[in-house]
Amino acid sequence: MLLGRFYHSDRGGAILLAGLFLLAIVVPVLNLVVPESSPFHLSTYTVTLIGKYLCYALLALALDLIWGYCGILSLGHGAFFALGGYAMGMYLMRQIGDRGVYGNPELPDFMVFLNWQELPWYWLGFDMFWFAMLMVVLVPGLLAFVFGWFSFRSRVTGVYLAIITQALTFALMLAFFRNEMGFGGNNGMTDFKDILGFDLQADSTRVALFLASVVALAVSYVACRFIINSKLGRVIVAIRDAEPRTRFVGYQVERFKLWLFVFSAVLAGIAGALYVPQVGIINPSEFAPLNSIELVIWVAVGGRGMLYGAVLGALLVNYAKTYFTAAFPDLWLFALGALFVLVTIFLPKGLVGLWKKRGKEPEP
Amino acid sequence: MKPLDPLRKALRRDRVFDFMMPQVVFSPDLDVSHGPILYLEDVTVSFDGFKALNNLSLYIDDGELRCIIGPNGAGKTTMMDVITGKTRPDSGSVFFGQKIDLLRLSETDIAQGGIGRKFQRPTVFESHTVYENLELSLAADKGVWPTLFASLNQAQKDRIDEILEIIALTEQRHHLAGTLSHGQKQWLEIGMLLAQSPRVLLVDEPVAGMTAQETERTAELLTSLAGKHSVVVVEHDMEFVRSIARKVTVLHEGSVLAEGSMDEVQNDPRVIEVYLGE
Repeated sequence: MLLGRFYHSDRGGAILLAGLFLLAIVVPVLNLVVPESSPFHLSTYTVTLIGKYLCYALLALALDLIWGYCGILSLGHGAFFALGGYAMGMYLMRQIGDRGVYGNPELPDFMVFLNWQELPWYWLGFDMFWFAMLMVVLVPGLLAFVFGWFSFRSRVTGVYLAIITQALTFALMLAFFRNEMGFGGNNGMTDFKDILGFDLQADSTRVALFLASVVALAVSYVACRFIINSKLGRVIVAIRDAEPRTRFVGYQVERFKLWLFVFSAVLAGIAGALYVPQVGIINPSEFAPLNSIELVIWVAVGGRGMLYGAVLGALLVNYAKTYFTAAFPDLWLFALGALFVLVTIFLPKGLVGLWKKRGKEPEP
Repeated sequence: MKPLDPLRKALRRDRVFDFMMPQVVFSPDLDVSHGPILYLEDVTVSFDGFKALNNLSLYIDDGELRCIIGPNGAGKTTMMDVITGKTRPDSGSVFFGQKIDLLRLSETDIAQGGIGRKFQRPTVFESHTVYENLELSLAADKGVWPTLFASLNQAQKDRIDEILEIIALTEQRHHLAGTLSHGQKQWLEIGMLLAQSPRVLLVDEPVAGMTAQETERTAELLTSLAGKHSVVVVEHDMEFVRSIARKVTVLHEGSVLAEGSMDEVQNDPRVIEVYLGE
């Protein structure tokens, strides 16, 4: 009954969730049960790769929520992703314990290398999983809150907001590049050993991380859909279309924007935290402005203002990236540029718009 | 002396930062015991030396329908901006009822407190349906969390149906607001004001771009609203003003030039000189 209604109100979303469900069953079976000699065996490398795409999809979902529905173009969403990733990275670093190259049970290798004597205060607590997970949510959320509070209150919108978000991620990148910041500088954090006591190199751990990504994406999708279908979602679209009118109707526009921005940043942080154990490294290049811009391209290609569009865009573009960077390494950036130009000119509503053209959007 | 002025301004004892103000409670029984619901006294607004409003004093009675006319640049829209909190005046006072000082409140507070405004160009939420436009405008708790979990109760649904009836858009209820005709958008916007259950409706050029028939309907609509609400209409169309006006205020260069019935105003030599005689 409920599922039927969901299917009718959000066909694309229903297909997406079904696809994720299928993925959650098929991928682990093909990897763990089917023997390696079989042609149907899925390598752990592929499992991790798909897991990585799913993290990107979650990040794209977070951006689509604010850009597609509220018109807040953030060109710095990679920063929240990276902060979530760093929080997870710090936990994984602490789990290495005395198995590092220098064998120091207390300090990560890069700190020993810098001749530091003790753990900086902001590393305290990161040996506990729950604390690290709290920080995954709290740090991006808090940054988004402070940043959003100042910019929305001053009524900074449009291009200006895009530029300062870009500056934000660039500034963070420069800061994290510095060794004395205590986050591994240039090299970032890597060489992780285990998570919650499970070996990160083991197939089963990889599959578990993959499943966690599937679940995170599915739950986030449903949460975003709930927000968009609620009255709050309608207020948000109203803000996008006619901000002054919304204010005169009696909504405190700044609060709504801030709430949504923080929620989106938290989703981005969670995506980052799932990403790091799967790729095995986090370094300041995750803060690079280019990453955040690429993210905008995923959403635009998939179709902004449609949550599953963002997911689709992230998956497709990243698959294309993997393929092209392997097959034609020199051409990838040109292909990406061309893709964005073509989509903007011919498919202003993205790939999903192409599919949707056939029928009007169903009545809610 | 001069350099100290900004500091003095910041430290003025009678003005406090907005965020430090105590919450104003708009009680449903607004104190209008002296007649007027809206008081503007000696309001002056200047933009780079140009005085958009110049010692403007204006009183709107509870439940009256007032038309405000005046040549371009007379300060009609600026006056609305001041009442709704969009523009802060340089001096003067604006009161809502006997006790509520509108100059201390934000746009949102004023809107929630009972002053609704229709803009010159119709602005509705184009990618929402007519019904959703009204739903969003409906008086309710408009905080973030209550809005997330809000759903319409029967009384609210009835109220929306009633408003749809009043603005004659019942059949278009599930159409996207963006697809409505210009006149229908104007009505929808008036409907959105009604949904806020305001005490005062500020209506800026309601019949601009309407056909004769639509204009007539709008006149009926606005006259029927007076009594329950105070309605302030700013309009250029003299024919329209004549058809609805009981009391007309003529603005000129930011202050009131004449006030009275349409006939009195039209025969006032000063008015003829600045406006009608042109």
